Amino acid sequence: MTVLFLVAIVLALAVVGYVVARGRALSSVKGNVRELHSLPGYYGWHGFIMASLPALALLSVWLIVQPMVLERTVATLMPTETTADQTAFKLAVADIRRLAAGLDVAVAQGAMTEEEARSLNSESSNVRDTLAGVGVALGSDVSPETLLAAQEYRVKSATGTLWRMIAVIAVAVAGLAYAVSVTNAAFRARNRVEKVVLALLIASASVAILTTIGIIWSMLSESINFFRQYPVFDFFFGLTWSPNFRGGSELGFLPLLWGTLYITAVSMVVSVPLGMFTAIYLAEYASPRARAWIKPVIEVIAGIPTVVFGLFALITVGPFLRDWFAQPLGLGNSGSSVMTAGIVIGILNIPFISSLADDIINAVPQSLRDGSYGLGATKSETIKQVVLPAALPGIVGAILLAASRAIGETMVVTMGAGAAAKLDLNPFEAMTTMTVKIVGQLTGDTDFASPETLVAFALGMTLFVITLGLNIIALMIVRKYREQYE
Amino acid sequence: MTDASSAAPALPNRVHSILTESADMRRRNAAEGRFKLYGMAAIAVSFIVLGIMLWTIFSDGLSGFQQAKLTFPVTLTAETLDPKGNKNRDEMAKVTTVGYGKVLAASFKAELAARNIPTDGVTEKELVEIISKDAPGGLRARVLADPSLLGQTIEMTMLATGRIDGYLKGRVTMQTAERDGNVSPAQLQFADLLIDAGILKTGFNREFLTNPDASDQRPEAAGLGVAILGSAYMMLLVLIMCVPVGVAASIYLEEFAPKNRWTDLVEVNISNLAAVPSIVFGILGLAIFINFMGLPQSSSVVGALVISLMTLPTIIIATRASIRAVPPSIRDAALGIGASKMQTVFHHVLPLAMPGILTGTILGLASALGETAPLLLIGMVAFVDNYPSAPVEGFFDPATALPVQVYSWASRSDPAFIERSSAAIIVLLVFLVIMNVTAIILRRKFERRW
Repeated sequence: MTVLFLVAIVLALAVVGYVVARGRALSSVKGNVRELHSLPGYYGWHGFIMASLPALALLSVWLIVQPMVLERTVATLMPTETTADQTAFKLAVADIRRLAAGLDVAVAQGAMTEEEARSLNSESSNVRDTLAGVGVALGSDVSPETLLAAQEYRVKSATGTLWRMIAVIAVAVAGLAYAVSVTNAAFRARNRVEKVVLALLIASASVAILTTIGIIWSMLSESINFFRQYPVFDFFFGLTWSPNFRGGSELGFLPLLWGTLYITAVSMVVSVPLGMFTAIYLAEYASPRARAWIKPVIEVIAGIPTVVFGLFALITVGPFLRDWFAQPLGLGNSGSSVMTAGIVIGILNIPFISSLADDIINAVPQSLRDGSYGLGATKSETIKQVVLPAALPGIVGAILLAASRAIGETMVVTMGAGAAAKLDLNPFEAMTTMTVKIVGQLTGDTDFASPETLVAFALGMTLFVITLGLNIIALMIVRKYREQYE
Repeated sequence: MTDASSAAPALPNRVHSILTESADMRRRNAAEGRFKLYGMAAIAVSFIVLGIMLWTIFSDGLSGFQQAKLTFPVTLTAETLDPKGNKNRDEMAKVTTVGYGKVLAASFKAELAARNIPTDGVTEKELVEIISKDAPGGLRARVLADPSLLGQTIEMTMLATGRIDGYLKGRVTMQTAERDGNVSPAQLQFADLLIDAGILKTGFNREFLTNPDASDQRPEAAGLGVAILGSAYMMLLVLIMCVPVGVAASIYLEEFAPKNRWTDLVEVNISNLAAVPSIVFGILGLAIFINFMGLPQSSSVVGALVISLMTLPTIIIATRASIRAVPPSIRDAALGIGASKMQTVFHHVLPLAMPGILTGTILGLASALGETAPLLLIGMVAFVDNYPSAPVEGFFDPATALPVQVYSWASRSDPAFIERSSAAIIVLLVFLVIMNVTAIILRRKFERRW
């Protein structure tokens, strides 16, 4: 009985609840709707909610708890040295699960009967070959303990699934019966239903908080694991980054920070002037008609996925800079470089800065401009000496937000900046950033026990803190500015 | 007044008039003109870069929708393909693609001999290499599906190898072929003969949109099928998971939330989440959904969960704006005739805000469709050459996504994959344009000014 089927049964019961509760409400007043406290539909919805919500809640809790409990119990069947520490435990459990799933597949395909799967033992038959026959590949030979544990796992999880079905359906039926029994003319069904709906709304609003907690928890726990294996000081102040999956790696953070900041600086040199002048032209000079078609085109840039900019950096900007600048100037012959990534991120950020700055410039009261014109200033003098100073805090906020985006940008640097962690001043040299290394350390085969993998979480945590800090400062500045004119 | 003017001391010879420009004014006006020019130049730079980018992608990628194909009759010799002669599918399955490759090679040579095409200068091996390494597999699947084809001669169209395809598109030339270990100039000259004979042609590359990915040696066979399917699954799941939660959260925050610390906290959280780098969400997905909850790696359900969390702030911000745009008079009227707060919201405010919510949702999905970085971390960059099965199980099968496919092709060494990558971007951009245009049309059609 799959989970989906169970959900379908519960929902069917809920529909029954709707119909029965509504019918009972109507019959209790003999069809005279006016005597009911709530509209008939609310009695129906009360039935629906009572039959489905508690049952579905139980089901989701069961789905999370059952595997945990099962792992604990079957792990006791394994030799103690294989479950001594957390990683070994996880590996052992993964083995058991894979084997159990393999046995399930074998039974489902008819390669062995249910009876055989339960009584199989590793002395009389080669489990690995049997399972390979049905297309399940096992990494290593199966130890007798693992086989025993896997068989136990299958039996226990089958029992668990059976009980799960019984419990969930029982709760659904009980909820239905309760809803039907309380339904009468005086029952305040609407208030009850609205309370439940409000609770659901609050729960949805809390997802944002849960996400933040999830981000912090996931990165913090693994970062702590990392710092247990690698000294904090060496990470934050180390000058060399040379991960080595055979151990003995140096994981100094400073080269990555340098690459990140260098690329961000280049991108800001590109995006701030271009973005600001675009915003000034659009807000102060452009006719409404020109604005109506320039603005959407600029926004097209904002809508293009960053991977497209990455490919642009890789095949167009990189080779161009190499052939026309780096090689003639004798500064290197690498297509991927700080300049490549920086310029492309700068272009990517133009619409971001220009649309934020546009809003901010438009928020400067017209009276300030009129006063300036009245004193005889030209338009550009007014902009430079009145509008921009008045908009300055907002613009600083926008620039900080753009910097935070540049720091967190991943695809362009992954494809355009290179992978060599270096402390170098030459902008035509390939360098690397925190985000590139997060991608590098976490893609492919990863071992969550080694510092080389876990360092990605520490990098992620640092990145999160840096961007969050920039955002908070930027929002504070923007908010402060807004108060001046409202 | 006449006295005053006559009594005034004669001014030094400086003529100040608003009708003639002084040197100072000329300077200021020139500065004005320059300033305006800077603005126009900045916009021009954006336009030019956008133009160059689209031009390079289209010029590199459009050829990806064309493909060099060979067409010749293939004789399916029963002796090689079905040594036991029983037309039994299980027995025939023992013949690997190597056997089918031999059949193809024999038929190819026979056709060349029959049409009197000279093969001198090309070795036997080079001759066979013109046929894509993907072709025997395709033929094998076709024969196994229909064993009655055995012994017949069928007209088959198959892919030519990537280098020959590149030659027809101008990417591979005689000069590059000399330095290339995978193709020889003789093969290219021979390809010219094949074109003249009508055996080698370029045609529309339908396989590009339906085939799964292919290995490094077979760029000609690589397609977007799995990626498109994976992206579609993810968008569907994002729609199911993200929109109800986002709309519910917005309703609560706009209509019910009391002004207190908790509400403030939620608000600050949402605005901060909108600015968290996308890769951080990838780390979250890896740590929580894969490592902690044990969901399968590279599956579209994990991708959708991660992207839902990322898109949630966007949808909440758009929905709140459109709920706020519904005037209070609507709420007052509903409350005035006895509706409860909940009824007011669900019967009146929400339907009126719907067009705005829909537009915001489509735009949010469009940006979700192009998201790449978090998907790399949850393993969607893996090589997947099996289609995920139908929903619901298919949501848990390994899949890739369009933008990730762009990235993984771009990082392969064979230049033929750059064409594929650009072509994949074109497909991605087409989807994005469709979504954005839909949103604009909806906005135009339903937008209401109160």
